[in-house]
Amino acid sequence: MPLVPLSRIAAARSGDKGAGSNVGVLARSDAAYAFLKEHLDAEQVRRHMAGINAGGVRRFEADNLRLLNFLLEDSLGGGGSASLRTDAQGKTHGLAVLRMELDVPQSVLDRTPPP
Amino acid sequence: MPQKEKVLVANGQGFWGDSILGPVRLVREGPLDYLTLDYLAEVTMSILQKLKSRNPEAGYATDFVEMLDRVLPEVLEKGIKVVANAGGVNPRGCMKAVMKVLEKHGRKGVSVAIVEGDDILSRLDELIAQGEVFRNMDTGAPLASIRDRVTSANVYLSAFPIAEALDRGAQIVITGRGTDPGLVLGPLIHEFGWKASDYDLLAAGTVAGHIVECGAQCTGGNFTDWRSVPDLARVGYPIVEASADGAFVVTKHAGTGGLVDASAIAHQLAYEMGDPRHYLGPDVDADFTSFALADDGKDRVRISGVRGRAPTPTYKVSISYEDGWKATGQLTVSGPDALDKAKLCADIVWKRLAMDGYEYAPEEKLVEFLGTNVCHAGIEAAAGTPSDVVLRMGVKGADRDKVDRFGMELVPLVTSGPPGVTGFAGGRPKATEIIGYWPALVAKSRIPTRVEVVRS
Repeated sequence: MPLVPLSRIAAARSGDKGAGSNVGVLARSDAAYAFLKEHLDAEQVRRHMAGINAGGVRRFEADNLRLLNFLLEDSLGGGGSASLRTDAQGKTHGLAVLRMELDVPQSVLDRTPPP
Repeated sequence: MPQKEKVLVANGQGFWGDSILGPVRLVREGPLDYLTLDYLAEVTMSILQKLKSRNPEAGYATDFVEMLDRVLPEVLEKGIKVVANAGGVNPRGCMKAVMKVLEKHGRKGVSVAIVEGDDILSRLDELIAQGEVFRNMDTGAPLASIRDRVTSANVYLSAFPIAEALDRGAQIVITGRGTDPGLVLGPLIHEFGWKASDYDLLAAGTVAGHIVECGAQCTGGNFTDWRSVPDLARVGYPIVEASADGAFVVTKHAGTGGLVDASAIAHQLAYEMGDPRHYLGPDVDADFTSFALADDGKDRVRISGVRGRAPTPTYKVSISYEDGWKATGQLTVSGPDALDKAKLCADIVWKRLAMDGYEYAPEEKLVEFLGTNVCHAGIEAAAGTPSDVVLRMGVKGADRDKVDRFGMELVPLVTSGPPGVTGFAGGRPKATEIIGYWPALVAKSRIPTRVEVVRS
């Protein structure tokens, strides 16, 4: 299976959510969504984002949007105006998740046009 | 009055600080029925409350008044109605300022409305006495633990008072804290006569409002595949083309930059999302997994089939409180050896502060070397040696003087650190207040709202 960055088969949007942030991972095709729904879980995202997020991660799904929504519980260094970080609002967390490398079956790649 | 088949509701301002070109071009470059503008974030309310405590006339979004001054002739000529949460913590003060603009333009007989009741700062103790605990929705702690430090308290009001203002003939509606999607939902309730029990329709209006509430963030701004977005400089702000049955199209004016496609809309639907099955608002519990999203021609996306459920008996309250002080500052360090020198600089700052008796706990301080993959820490190493590094440092804590003391040791590095340190244009970093955010709930029955309509 080819190793590709998540950005090959998904887009993302992120923003602040209290002391944490949310990262909406948007699959680029039905095939990519089916694959990610099964293979991209909260624990993987937690490990990938451990340098940014000190807390847990929860996952929600919206099939109609081909969306996996990840809630990062403690990813802003205090959150809101208490954060000292440059990215106090989690604006860049979506792109950070998209840098994750995944083994994706060729059949999924074939059915997912690159951006 | 016969019901319109399509109602065009645009959002021209995603937050206080958004470009004035958004509303100006929305009004100028195509047809529009409503111009909505969102100015309020949690922190904004506290800042506005502070301004009001110094000057009773202040406490609203002054940007709105300046914007209105600029677009007023066209807005009135075209019969566009304006709905904005520019009232902040002083809708009445905002209305006064708007009346002055109308007077300046010689416009008599224009109806301006305000919605009040969201600001419960002065009612807090009364509400607590009635049994409200204002438990922090994240931590469960009662408000009593920070009661003496509260600086603002505002309820996210229903969209129905906005509809009432429009029913009563208002051309400009100014609210304080309501929900952001309510700015769009209110006009739709007014136009289509939606009822408080029409949960699917109210949910549709809420989804529409959520999509456009951040302005250009649904028309190609902050979009993953940014290279594919045409002409972002001239990005068009979003317009909802709504109909009475709840189906709607999101689009933008023809000839503007940016893009509206299913992906751009899905991007924004995911923004600040929690559980997509339950998007809780004062008027409805909207299900963001319920509807279909379909491309409907160039720069048009159609949404239909939105479902909603009955709302809860409580409103959300946004409370802010004093939570200490912080200061951040930065210097630019050039190469050669930019990163090594920046690290030495940071080390020098902490050592000099310690020498003078100022030490900061690990959770009270931060050093970032911008240019070395700070935003994506731990994910990917920075490529090669950076030619320049921006050294960014900050501290926080309860003691204002201790935070200010830090700010005095950054700039001296220019002459007393390694060579090639510059970029101190901002001067000495000064302590600014940390505004704590306390989300809570309050019984709807205890929060009366009031609509007032005045003619210029």
